[in-house]
Amino acid sequence: MSTDQSAAGRDEKAARIRRLLETSGSTVGETVRPFNEGRYRRYEEMEETEAYREAAREIKADAIERLPDLLEQVEDVVTENGGTVYVADDAADARRYVREVVEAADAESVVKGKSMTTEEIDLNDDLETAGIDVWETDLAEFVLQIADDEPSHIASPAVHKSREEIAALFNEHFDLEEPLTTAEELTAFAREQLTDHVLEADVGITGANFVTADTGTLALVTNEGNARKSLTVPDTHVAVAGVEKIVPSIADLSPFFSLIGPAGAGQDITAYLSLLTPPLDEPVVRFDEPDDEAFDDSSDDRSFHLVLVDNGRFAMRDDDELRETLYCIRCGACANSCANFQQVGGHAFGGETYSGGIATGWEAGVHGADSVAEFNDLCTGCSRCVEACPVNIDIPWINTVVRDRLNQGADPDAFDHLVSGLTPDDEPTGLDRGKRLFGNFETLATFGSLTAPVSNHVANFGPARAALERVAGVDRRRELPRFRRETLVDWFQSREPTRIDEPVREAVLYPDVYTNHVQVERGKAAVRALEALGVRVRVPDVSSSGRAPLSQGMIDTATAHASAVSADLEGHLEQGRDVVVIEPSDLAMFRGEYERFLDADAYERIAEHSYELFEYVFGLLEGDGPGIEALAGPSEACAIGAPASPDLAYHSHCQQRTLGLEAYTTAVLERLGYDVVTSDVECCGMAGSFGYKSEYYELSMAVGETLKDQFTADETATRTVVASGTSCLEQLDSLLERSSVHPIQVIDPGLRSELD
Amino acid sequence: MTSAAVETFERSLENLPVTFERVDSGEFRSAVESRIDPPAVGVSLPFDGVSLEDTSVNLNPTSEDVLEARTGVTPGGPSIAEFGTVVVASAFDGASYASLFPETHVVVVAASEIVETIDDALETLAGEIDGGLTSAILTTGPSATADMGAPVYGAHGPESLHVIILGDR
Ligand code: SF4
Repeated sequence: MSTDQSAAGRDEKAARIRRLLETSGSTVGETVRPFNEGRYRRYEEMEETEAYREAAREIKADAIERLPDLLEQVEDVVTENGGTVYVADDAADARRYVREVVEAADAESVVKGKSMTTEEIDLNDDLETAGIDVWETDLAEFVLQIADDEPSHIASPAVHKSREEIAALFNEHFDLEEPLTTAEELTAFAREQLTDHVLEADVGITGANFVTADTGTLALVTNEGNARKSLTVPDTHVAVAGVEKIVPSIADLSPFFSLIGPAGAGQDITAYLSLLTPPLDEPVVRFDEPDDEAFDDSSDDRSFHLVLVDNGRFAMRDDDELRETLYCIRCGACANSCANFQQVGGHAFGGETYSGGIATGWEAGVHGADSVAEFNDLCTGCSRCVEACPVNIDIPWINTVVRDRLNQGADPDAFDHLVSGLTPDDEPTGLDRGKRLFGNFETLATFGSLTAPVSNHVANFGPARAALERVAGVDRRRELPRFRRETLVDWFQSREPTRIDEPVREAVLYPDVYTNHVQVERGKAAVRALEALGVRVRVPDVSSSGRAPLSQGMIDTATAHASAVSADLEGHLEQGRDVVVIEPSDLAMFRGEYERFLDADAYERIAEHSYELFEYVFGLLEGDGPGIEALAGPSEACAIGAPASPDLAYHSHCQQRTLGLEAYTTAVLERLGYDVVTSDVECCGMAGSFGYKSEYYELSMAVGETLKDQFTADETATRTVVASGTSCLEQLDSLLERSSVHPIQVIDPGLRSELD
Repeated sequence: MTSAAVETFERSLENLPVTFERVDSGEFRSAVESRIDPPAVGVSLPFDGVSLEDTSVNLNPTSEDVLEARTGVTPGGPSIAEFGTVVVASAFDGASYASLFPETHVVVVAASEIVETIDDALETLAGEIDGGLTSAILTTGPSATADMGAPVYGAHGPESLHVIILGDR
């Protein structure tokens, strides 16, 4: 299959996203943003958050490692308890088994608790085709059933439906004389309907959040009580769960119980955590015999079937890159924390069943790559979900790997010579032209600088923009970066060297592609600031980090860049020089992905000796060298109008925040006397090349709205805007009327000489 | 149990949409009666010195009684101080129904069975499950949903939860 996007395909996708932005987008955001904020609050409040996350991950890793043994143990213990276990190879096998159980029970109707796994295997349709009534009892699922709609979130399936829509739906569907309006009325009405269905049902089907191998216990995490009713009232209980839900023992549940409510919605704990070891010894109450004694000894009539579904999971377990997906406990935090998801929900950011960041892993594993191709680009790699995930899954990496696999399978006939001249990579020839162009940004930038300013004029010239949009999907509403004829490296080499007699440190300022070719001023400011603090600075020619190709899923190309960077820096690192990085997304590569691309020694050398610019400045200020006086402060900066106001509005960078580095910038600025207000959005929406792509331009701008709102509010509207990331700066330039700079530019000692 | 655990438990309950009181065995009967919205069904209590016999709680209900009941009274197993969680267990026949169908659930817990953390409770329950307990529901507050556009209690289970803590002050 091809990942190449035709212009028409892009238009169609843009239109679909626009529709979602206009219809359900704001409802999704209004629902999941409070979940995300609650998650921050609760993670912060709990002292043990990190300990729980580590424990949870370890338990999952161990359980997946030992899965075949644990599976056998579950089969034995559930059988001993009096239940039946069936391991289903695939969706069809699972459906068939459940249908046979339901038919053997002579069931006319079935009630269900919420279960994404039964969605995955399309169970409802199958049962209905066999003439069996199926009722979803989870209120959100019930709403979707009535609306004939699909889940838009893995934990809260109806996040795209507003109260008004649900009211209209109920009023029409049930033809109500007295229309329902409030959430209380809607809940009471649904409850009444569903109680009747529960009382009539012959079989109850539920999922399971965990299955313990020591006792055969199902753990169900819920708030409503519907699952409990569904599995208590009918005498036949079928639980359907993926094989990955098995954990070794009941004691292992503890970190999950403590994390799942906080992670999913910022709840301290969910209303019900049920530990069920069926068949239950609860009496079967015959509600159709009103005069029968209710609490008798009829529990023997109960039967229980546990259907454990493989459907690709064992293959995922064997796949080094997808395996971590199986650690997922489906809490939904990666969706809630995702800026793109907040705008469009799972109907755009999701596949056949699963949605949000981890959906790529699940869909690739259970439904195959085709289900992923449509939405995988919506993960921009911002990494905000990684610290939200209760089991610490590297969700962006899974997205990158699957993107790479989709690229590998791309159609070679789509090879295009117009872009290929600028794109000397090892990727498959059918790779999408836009991806290829953005993935090779370094080549483009080198060419742009060589031919600047002509290249800038040509690139921004109407017909050229139209061609660029058609061929490579670069949205013409975006300003293109303006390449500078003199790169940072050129400037540094040609200038009079600064004499630093007794340097406090020796450092290489890493000339990332943007700083080197476009944002040259921030590079110069960084050199001056570091020198003023007593650092002997070098700005050698170093390969670009590989961030650009990586974000397009071009892993081979990114790996080649990593090796080149490592080779370019090797000599410097051997000399004990530090590496100072301006662009947070590049630092995130050095500290993160390079572990996968380089041998252990080379990785450790780079990771341990690289610093974000302000992290480094902060460290220098803590040391014995020149103090804060060496840097320009608000009075000097303002005297020459840069910045315009001593009050700053600062937007950190998503990966910088994930690395925990945001505080250094604010600390340095505040020490210099700046008053700093910080944005708290997950992402600016630009995310590298994402916002340039014509199919995502509007989504990118919609995501940016939150940041715009924060920086145009009363208390920030007149503040000077500073931002650490290149793409954030570009996005801020399109969002705001005032311009923005990198924070190093407001502390640049060079401002002083301008004052002289 | 420590008295610290009981106090933590009470503080946690204060932060939940539940009501609670601490009573000794002498006060128990009137405490239960005053919380009951009739008709009430329930299951026998395993605690020394208190009983639901001779109260208005119906301990031998018919199927219809279960459906019509407005209040269900059940004992609770180990309670978790850090969250204000009570555990409803199937060791008491019918407790699931009595705690799930009526609008109000009154749960009676022994102060002596209050533990500090979820870990502690799981340890106790693991032993009981090993010994044959088939259902233990860790219940924190009433049944809830936000699926209809705003938080609502009583989604499927009870709308209100009242906790009676048995033990001297
Ligand atoms: S990947 Fe992590 S954050 Fe996302 S749903 Fe799974 S467990 Fe939750």
